[in-house]
Amino acid sequence: MSSKSTAAERTRAAAEPGILALVIMLAWLVPGAGHLWQGRRQKGIVFLLALPLMFAVGLMLSGRLFPLELSEPLVFLGAIADRGIGFPFFLARFMDAGAGLVTAVSYEYGNTFLMTAGLLNLLVILDAYDIAVGRK
Amino acid sequence: MTSHFWIMVLFAFFVSLVFAVLMRDDPRAQLKTAGMMLGAFVVAAYVLGWLMYPLPL
Repeated sequence: MSSKSTAAERTRAAAEPGILALVIMLAWLVPGAGHLWQGRRQKGIVFLLALPLMFAVGLMLSGRLFPLELSEPLVFLGAIADRGIGFPFFLARFMDAGAGLVTAVSYEYGNTFLMTAGLLNLLVILDAYDIAVGRK
Repeated sequence: MTSHFWIMVLFAFFVSLVFAVLMRDDPRAQLKTAGMMLGAFVVAAYVLGWLMYPLPL
């Protein structure tokens, strides 16, 4: 009973537009942070560990972080997916990782890991949003 | 790490884990769902791989 009222109080607080935007930004920048901030510690820790690790595996497999090129629609969509992971993407770019080695046997696998990690984080952001507005 | 099979298993592991944690709230239910999804992904990929073996005909 007490945990339900606590969750309801949290929901009311988070439903304010400013805080809602903060939750979404936080959830995008740091995978799992949206859940951690709203008290869903177990879920948040799993996302915080699993998604950056998946992204790192993609880099290890010689995947490429695609540039935002509107002239190439598929590359553009890949670039959006890559950026879904938030801070790890910018960290990788800062460290000059993610150039991609197209001749590597694992190149396409690497791309798949990188893009899927970003897309999964977008789902995690939607889940954090649902919690914030009281749907979950 | 160039084994196609183990890369596929690793990919299935991450996807199963994230989906299970998103879908279920109880840790035991999450583990059960993740295990079932991982098994389904791996078996489906293995079966589809063999079905495509004779292609192109």
